[in-house]
Amino acid sequence: MIDPSFLFAQALSGLTAAMFLFLIASGLSLIFGVLRVLNFAHGSFYMIGAYLAFQVVQWAGRDARSFWIAVVLAALGIAVLGGLIERLLLRHLYQREELYQLLFTYALVLIISDVAKVVWGTGQLSVSRPPGLSGAFRIFGTIVPWYNLFILVLGPTIALAFWLVLHRTRAGRFIRAGALDREMLGALGINVSRLYTGVFVIGSFMAGLAGGLVTPVKAIVPGMDVEIIVEAFIVVVIGGLGSFWGTFLGALIYGQVLSFGILIFPRFSIFSVFALMAVMLIVRPWGLLGRPLKT
Amino acid sequence: MTRVRVPWLFLATVAALFVPALGSRFYTFVATDVVIFALFAVSLNLLIGYTGLVSFGHAAYFGAGAYATGILMKKLAVPFVLAWPAAGVVAGLMALVAGFFCVRLTKIYFAMLTLAFAQIVWAICFKWNDVTGGEQGMPEIPYPELGWMSALPILGDWRASDHFYVLTVLLVAACLWLLRRLVGSPFGRILTTIRENPERAEFIGVNVRLYELIVFVIAGAFAGLAGGLFGIFNRGVFPDFAYWTKSSEVLIMAILGGIGHFWGPAVGALVLLVLNQQITSYTQYWPFILGSILIVLLFGFPGGIVGALAGAATRLRKARGA
Repeated sequence: MIDPSFLFAQALSGLTAAMFLFLIASGLSLIFGVLRVLNFAHGSFYMIGAYLAFQVVQWAGRDARSFWIAVVLAALGIAVLGGLIERLLLRHLYQREELYQLLFTYALVLIISDVAKVVWGTGQLSVSRPPGLSGAFRIFGTIVPWYNLFILVLGPTIALAFWLVLHRTRAGRFIRAGALDREMLGALGINVSRLYTGVFVIGSFMAGLAGGLVTPVKAIVPGMDVEIIVEAFIVVVIGGLGSFWGTFLGALIYGQVLSFGILIFPRFSIFSVFALMAVMLIVRPWGLLGRPLKT
Repeated sequence: MTRVRVPWLFLATVAALFVPALGSRFYTFVATDVVIFALFAVSLNLLIGYTGLVSFGHAAYFGAGAYATGILMKKLAVPFVLAWPAAGVVAGLMALVAGFFCVRLTKIYFAMLTLAFAQIVWAICFKWNDVTGGEQGMPEIPYPELGWMSALPILGDWRASDHFYVLTVLLVAACLWLLRRLVGSPFGRILTTIRENPERAEFIGVNVRLYELIVFVIAGAFAGLAGGLFGIFNRGVFPDFAYWTKSSEVLIMAILGGIGHFWGPAVGALVLLVLNQQITSYTQYWPFILGSILIVLLFGFPGGIVGALAGAATRLRKARGA
C-alpha cells in the first residue's frame, strides 16, 4: 500500500505544474483560436519572461516588492514584444499557408534562444521566493511552500478573470466572434486587424507572466523554451485547441498524468504524455472541450 | 525553342564522386552530410511539396532508420546489405502505423499528430536503455565492409571514410532517381492533384486517404534509408535524431531550397550544411543566423533558392524572346 501522504504530495505537485502550464497554454490556445496561428515562439516568450524577471530582481535588489514588480514588468515587456512582432512581421503572413506561419514562429524560437544566450549566458539562473511567501507549511505530512499555495490559488483566479473578460465584456465578445468568423466580424465594422494585435498581445502577456512567476520554482536555463512549448501543445491538444476551459482541464490532466505516470511507469512517463496527445488527436482531434474546426 | 533536359542527377553524382579526389578529409565529411540530408529533405518534400501535407515529425522515420541499421550492425553484426534496407522497412512500417491515423486529419491537426508520433519515437529511443542505449545513444556503429573498394583503381588509395562516401553517393543517387521517377509518374500527378484540391480529387474517384497514406509510407521509408546511412556516417545513433527540432531542421532545408521543385530540398541541404560549417567556425550563434535566414526567406523568397533561380531564368528567357 502506498503511503497516502505521498500520493497527496504527488497530486499537489502535479497541480502546481498544471497551473503554470495553464498560464502558458491559455495564451497559446487563445492565439490559435482567433488568429489560427500555432505559435512555436510562445515557449520562447515564456523563457524571456523568466529572464526579464530575473534581471529586474537583480537590479531592484532583494526587498519585498521587487519580485512582484519584476513579474509585472516581465509580463508587460513580453506583451510589448509580442505586439511588435505581430504588427511588424506576423501579420504579413496571415494570407499564406500554415507552413509559412509555423516556420516563421520557429525562426523566432531560434533567434530568441540565441539572443537569450548572448544576454544571460548559458548557466542556470534562479530567483529566490519572494519574502512573505518564502516559508512552508505542513499538511497531511507533506511540506508545501507558501509560494506553491499562492500559485494554486492564483491559477484558478486568473482563469476566472480571463473567462470574465472573454464572456462578460465587449472586447471579449469581439475576440470570441473573431474566433468564429473573422470576415463577418470585419463586415460588421470591427477593426479585425487591431483585434488580432490585441489578442497576440494578451497571449504574449500570459506567457511573460508565467515566465516571471515560475522563476522561484524552476531554474532558468536555455532550452526551457522548446521543452515547455511541447508540453503546452500537449495541454491544448488534450483540452481542445482554442477552447478556454479545455486548456484548464488539459493542464490539470497533464499535470496528474505526468506526476503519477512517474509512479506507475517510472521510465515511460514522458512517453505516456505523448501517447495521450496522439490518442487524443486520433479519437477527438478537437480535444475534450473544443469544437470541430470549420473547414 | 526546344528546352534541353539537363540530366541534373547524373551531373551531380559525377561531381560528387570527385570530392574525395580533393584529398581533404573535411570536404568528404561535409559532402557525406550533404548527400544524406539531400535524400532526407527530398523525401520530406514528397509530403510537403507534392502532396501538400505538412509533416512536423519527419525526423521520427530518420531516427527509426538510424536505430534499425545501427542496432543490426552493431549488436547483431548483420552485414550492411541487409541492415541498410532494413532501415527503410522499419521506418516504412512505422510510417504505415502513424500515417494510418495522420491522414485522417488535415492541416494543423495533421502537423500536430505527426509531431506527437515523432515525440513518442523520441521518448522510446530516449528511455529504452536495453535496446537503444537510452539517453547516451549508441556509439561506435561499424563501417560496412568495403575492403573490395581498395582493390579498385584510384579508389584503392582512399580512406575508409571516402569509401563510405562513394557508397553513400551511389545509394542516394539511386534513391533520388527512384523518387524522381515516382513524382513524374501518374501516381505523382495524383499527389499533385490532391495538393491542389483534395475535394475535387475525391470527386474524380481518387481515394485521397489511401494515396496520402502510400506517399507517407514512401516518404518515411526513404527518410529511414537516409537515417541508416547517417547513423554509420555519424559513428553513432542518438535520440536527438528523432527530436522535433530535427524535423524542423529538415523542413527548413526543404523550404530554403524550394519546395516547388524536385531538387529544391537537395539544394537547400547543400546550402544550409555548407553555410553551417562555414558559420560555426566563426561563431557559436548558428541558430540566430539560421532564424534570420529563415525570416528573410519567408518574406522575400517564398519559393526558396531554386524557385528564385527558376523565376529569374524564366524572366531572362522572356526578355530574350521579346
